[in-house]
Parts: sequence; C-alpha cells; structure tokens
Amino acid sequence: MIAIIKYNAGNITSVKNAVERLGFECIITDNPDEIMCAEKVIFPGVGEASSAMKYLHERGLDAIIKSLRQPVLGICLGLQLMCRYSEEGNTECLEIFDTDVKLFPSTDIVPHIGWNNLYNIKSPLFDNLKVDDTVYFVHSYYAEICSQTIAGCDYILPFSAAMQQNNFFATQFHPEKSGSVGENILNNFLIL
Amino acid sequence: MLKKRIIPCLDIKDGRTVKGVNFVGLRDAGDAVELAKRYVQEGADELVFLDITATVEKRKTLTELVHRIAKEINIPFTVGGGINSVEDARTIIKAGADKVSINTAAVNHPEIISEIAAEFGSQCVVLAIDTNLDNGEWIVYIHGGRTPTLLQTVDWAKESERLGAGEILLTSMSNDGTKNGFAIDITEAVSAAVNIPVIASGGAGTMQHFADVFQQTKASAALAASIFHFGEIPIPQLKQFLNEKDIPVRI
Repeated sequence: MIAIIKYNAGNITSVKNAVERLGFECIITDNPDEIMCAEKVIFPGVGEASSAMKYLHERGLDAIIKSLRQPVLGICLGLQLMCRYSEEGNTECLEIFDTDVKLFPSTDIVPHIGWNNLYNIKSPLFDNLKVDDTVYFVHSYYAEICSQTIAGCDYILPFSAAMQQNNFFATQFHPEKSGSVGENILNNFLIL
Repeated sequence: MLKKRIIPCLDIKDGRTVKGVNFVGLRDAGDAVELAKRYVQEGADELVFLDITATVEKRKTLTELVHRIAKEINIPFTVGGGINSVEDARTIIKAGADKVSINTAAVNHPEIISEIAAEFGSQCVVLAIDTNLDNGEWIVYIHGGRTPTLLQTVDWAKESERLGAGEILLTSMSNDGTKNGFAIDITEAVSAAVNIPVIASGGAGTMQHFADVFQQTKASAALAASIFHFGEIPIPQLKQFLNEKDIPVRI
C-alpha cells in the first residue's frame, strides 16, 4: 500500500489518480499508523509553507515523516518542506535536505509555470528519461542547489528540481502532471 | 528552458464540447474526455475546460465531468465558466481540477481572487479577461462577453495580480472567431504590465499567428479551440513549426 499524506487543502487527489493509473493501490491519510506501515509514502505539497508545517506539527506528522525508513517522495511544496528553512511565511522546515527555500527574484515572471528541462540528473528516479524530456513546474519558491540535488533546472537562476537523501526523494516539479515522462518518474519511485 | 505552452480550450455544455464563433452559434465538437485524451497524446501542454451550461442543476454534470477528466488526464487542466463563489471553486478543485478560471465573479467581487488564492494558492487562480476594442480602448467585458464594464483591461490585469491571481487568460473578443490572429497590442500591453503568466486567446487561424504572439509579446501560452477541434492545425505540426522558428516548445 502507498500512503499519500493528507493535507488541509488543495488538489492531492491528482497524485492518487496518477498512482492508481500506474496500477498501485493507495490511500490518502494523516493517520500516523497508516503512514508508518505503508510500503512507500508520498508527501505532496499544496498551499503555503507555514500553514502546512503548522498542520503537520499539530498532528505530530513532522516527527513521523522524519522517522520514516521506507522510500518517501516529496512533491513541490513537499520538497520545500523537507528543506531546512523556507522564506515563505518565515518557516522552519523538516531539515531532511541541507538547503534553504527562497522566493524567485522578480526579474522574470513569477511563478515559474510550465514545462522545463532537467539537467545533471543522477538517480534511479530518472531511469529511461530522454535528453529533451520536460516536466511540469508551478512554484514561486525554489530550493537552492546543494549536495543532495539529483536534478537541476534553470529558471531565473539554477535551482534543485529534485533532491535525495538516503530514502528521502523529492521533486519540485509535478510528476503526476507531467504526462508520460512524469508517469515514468513516478513509476520509477513506486518500483524502488 | 521554460517552454511556451499550447493550450486547447474545450467549451463544455452538458458534458460535451462545443465552440462558439464570436460567442454565438454553437457547433458540437464531441465528447470532452475523449477529445481531451486526444490532445494529451498530441502534445497539448495544458487543457482549459470552459463550462457554458446555464442551469444550476446541470452544473452537477460538470463536477462529474471534472472528476472523470482528473482520473484520465495526466497534464494540468483548468476549469472555468460560471464560478461565482469560493464554494464553486472549492467544488471544482476538489473534483480534481488544477486551476479554476474566474471572470464575471472577479469583476463583481474582486475579493474572490484573494479568497481562492488564500485557500488553494495563487497557482490555482486563473483570472479570465474578455476584452473588446471599443473606440480605441480595450474594455473588460463580463457575462460571457455580453456586458461591457468601466474597467480598462491593463488596469484590471494589474489589479488582479495584486489581489493574488496566478495567471491571466486574456481573450480578445474583437479577434475571437475571426482566425485573423491574436490581438498583439493588448496581449503585449497586459503581459508587459504584469509579472504573472499571460495566456493569449482569441483569433488564432494559422501557425504563424502563434509564432507572432510569442515573438511579439511576452505571452507565456497561447490558447485556441476550433482550429484544434476540427484538425485544421494539428498540435504536433504547430509545435514543429514553432520549434523551427526557435520558439521553445515541448516536443
């Protein structure tokens, strides 16, 4: 069973739909036991950083996420919350990744919305990815490049499109919304 | 490099797609989910579903349709048309839409932009503007293009950005259905005035029209309907054409 961590708002059923299209069973839950027992955990991101962290903290989910030993995939805000600190709402985050999250400078359109390329990919998450493949982003904040970066992307400046620390994976883009390329990446995670 | 997006728009009435020319005279263009899947296969970057169903009870059909689309479609999609309240937006987003587009309700109650953005994030809020060139001025229209307002298009675009809109879908009524090309001047004026993505809409008739709007304005995306529905411009061919003109697209 795949557990998708439930949040207070937003469209996380799209992650569930994508997982089910790939033939895996999953549940959306904020029940600590269900999360801890799951084979894999997806930590999607919706909404705003400080209210999301508050929601997680009130349910004790912040400590549970950090303690997980099975493969975990953070998506979008999920990636950002797995970093040290986010400028959004001046938020102390989960400190799984050794980097901070900042607001894009307004020298170009913000948010970064649309399909963009990845580079310097290094992870089984990206098996079968082709050079010109693109994935779908929508975000105004970005995680800086760090030693845990497993894919970079350029928009206004270089940032972490994906990161990994042991069993913790995360993507700034939305694999569940990135067509067949995203399905491949999601499938790579689900068969880890 | 960030790609320019090509977005087919599916006008929905009672769960099926239709397309009006100059907002009147509807033609049936088929089943929404089947058409949507075809576009995904062809390389559409996003989809917009615009519900033009009038009656409240038939709106339920829309929610069911959004649910079906979300199950089957693996790219982002926006749903608009008749979203009058935060509650309407919530229903559509919970059914699986990535974004909602709001138009008349935002003009009448601008705070709806901030309210939806606060609950679901700015990226969920597409502010749709229908604009018409009246005596040399681009004026905002509401009620599906039937009612002029006192709002200047560029002013309203800037105000909506301030209120928390994540994108602007700018439709030129003067161009819509003409197949004479996008309204370059107002698209450029709006996209230069705001720092959020602008989706150009209305008037696409040839592949060159798409190249024009991307080369002559800061538009992030271009939207069209009937030329895609009736196969006049296949999306793969359009993208190849733009690619050859060094316009970044997802192939």
